[in-house]
Amino acid sequence: MKPSTDQQLWMYETMCLIRHYEDSLAIAYFEGKLPPKIQKGLAFDLGAGPIPGEMHLAAGQESAAVGSCAHLERKDSVWGTHRAHHFAIAKGVDLDRMTAEIFGKVTGLGRGKGGHMHLFDTAVHFACTGIVGGGIPHSVGAALAYKKLGSGAVAVAEFGEGASNQGSFHEALNLAGLWKLPCVFVCQDNNYGISVNKANSTAVASVADRASSYGMPGVRVTENDPDLVFEAVGEAVARARSGDGPTLLEVKVDRLYGHFQGDPETYRPKGEVESLRKKDSLAAYEARLKAAGLVTDATATEIRGRAKARVEAAIAFARQSDYPAVAEAFQHVFQDAVS
Amino acid sequence: MTDVKIRNKPLFQAMVEGIQQEMERDPRVICMGEDVGKMGGVFQSTAGLHKKFPDRVLDTPISETAIMGAALGAAASGLRPVAELMFVDFMGVCFGQIMNEIGKATYMSGGAVRLPLVITASTGGGFSDAAQHSQTLHGLFAHVPGLKVVAPSNPYDAKGLMISAIRDDNPVVYLFHKAMLGLPVLGYVDVSIDDNVPAEPYTVPFGKARIVRDGTDVTIVGFSQTVQKAAIAADRLAAKGISAEVIDPRTLVPLDVEAIVASVQKTGRLLVVDEDYLNFGMTGEISALIGERLDEIKLKAPIRRLGVAGVSIPYSPALEKVVIPQVDHVIEAAQRLMISKVL
Repeated sequence: MKPSTDQQLWMYETMCLIRHYEDSLAIAYFEGKLPPKIQKGLAFDLGAGPIPGEMHLAAGQESAAVGSCAHLERKDSVWGTHRAHHFAIAKGVDLDRMTAEIFGKVTGLGRGKGGHMHLFDTAVHFACTGIVGGGIPHSVGAALAYKKLGSGAVAVAEFGEGASNQGSFHEALNLAGLWKLPCVFVCQDNNYGISVNKANSTAVASVADRASSYGMPGVRVTENDPDLVFEAVGEAVARARSGDGPTLLEVKVDRLYGHFQGDPETYRPKGEVESLRKKDSLAAYEARLKAAGLVTDATATEIRGRAKARVEAAIAFARQSDYPAVAEAFQHVFQDAVS
Repeated sequence: MTDVKIRNKPLFQAMVEGIQQEMERDPRVICMGEDVGKMGGVFQSTAGLHKKFPDRVLDTPISETAIMGAALGAAASGLRPVAELMFVDFMGVCFGQIMNEIGKATYMSGGAVRLPLVITASTGGGFSDAAQHSQTLHGLFAHVPGLKVVAPSNPYDAKGLMISAIRDDNPVVYLFHKAMLGLPVLGYVDVSIDDNVPAEPYTVPFGKARIVRDGTDVTIVGFSQTVQKAAIAADRLAAKGISAEVIDPRTLVPLDVEAIVASVQKTGRLLVVDEDYLNFGMTGEISALIGERLDEIKLKAPIRRLGVAGVSIPYSPALEKVVIPQVDHVIEAAQRLMISKVL
């Protein structure tokens, strides 16, 4: 299934939005974290500034998110990871509230108690977790609920090649395959589990090869290309929705930033990031759409301008929002209501 | 309550009846887990349910992380799962899902995420099942924010607490002691606290302790099977002229601290008896909660605790009965409390 023009334009615009979002956060993140504003003797203060804590950015991984979410409806769910902004945006998570959460504000998705690794938007059925591989079984449970309730929805787990070495991956995929659940497992190979590359962590060349253990198809997308992801995930979603069970995909992506912001990345070969940026998936996609006459210089500028304005508005909303009141720290441990 | 039909039921049947009635009431309730299907649970905790609800009682592979993670995903997506793990010891395999995912999603989402799920497992020793199949561990779950923890000591509470657990919109860890189930293959402590199980559905509220025995000299707090042992001890202590009040909190989280405070205000002496590890657990927690209220409580003797004291559960019966607090240990500790004094 090839993407329509509208779908291609949506993917392109959403990629622009994601990229601009991540690049903007990368800049805002270092506010207040560097000398002379921080404690003397520190080179970098992780907890300081308007965006406190660790920050894992997904620039370079947009193709996986837009190529997947192009097939999803609101009722479908996405279960993500510590590096999930791209899927959150592509799934339609409220950008203002997501950004406010990242800034630790009470207007955030989790009222400032989750942070960027723990984003929950129940309106569009998006959740992510900071534990590697932790969210994969959640997608299986969601898919079980869809099947039992007959909702016709599909659950997508998105994770990295590193997570495919977790026991939770094995247990979850076995159960999904066994019960033929409407799941799609989108493994993004960005070649790094923090600092350890795929060759040094993963016994198979492609995570998709592991699908044969779970009675489901395994599909490999070897290029960081939204159109190719669209085709592959499209088949997987259709298969899940029609009751034929789950699919495991491995999708090639690039990690343009470090594992976390401030990561010295001493483990990366010299010049790797530069060469990845030279064949940047977003620039390549823009060039393809231009060559096809779908986008002109003028419309590309307009699309990028819209993305910039949207991101700026979200960051402004976050900055202007209040921090949670102290009493909030002790609330929401439990739901009050009993059904 | 003369109109209520009263029947005697073993604990496991009371528990199953609670699940069954909730499954009849609410089509969103499902059971999933290890051997819950045709076998009805290794400890018969889902006995007969598969026959009644073949599509809603699901045998899983022995995949604890998948079971717990799927329970979360299902609960967040419209079902109300009861997830069975057979032995509480196996929670070690999947504790990440319980501690980092299930316990935290509601808080991290600022209350947006609702996880109506129940985790069930057996606890306790006494059957030479050794260190990996005899633990209690309820204190582990109580330690982690975001989990309610239930430990019934009798059939009446087992049913009512189960119904409350299934209706709760929060994750509930429901732990039943093997030696209280009334199964034909497992010996049990021969004491009745409340075997009268009404046929109708009913709830037992969380956070409300049961006063199992009234007394004036010493307060004994127990959980699960140690409530039964404490009740026997109290009966024998009465013959020795010591009046023991036995309190069963029924739920560790939420904990009815006020019931314990009120009792110790009356007796001035506190003994906490637990089958969980002594160190850094519920016995210490309750001792500390009382210790923090000594401006309201006049203790006559130092607080005493019984638990599994810093060792794993041994295999040999000769050793296991020494490590796990027994009725005689409770009696001896209570007697020593009566002769010790605070400075």
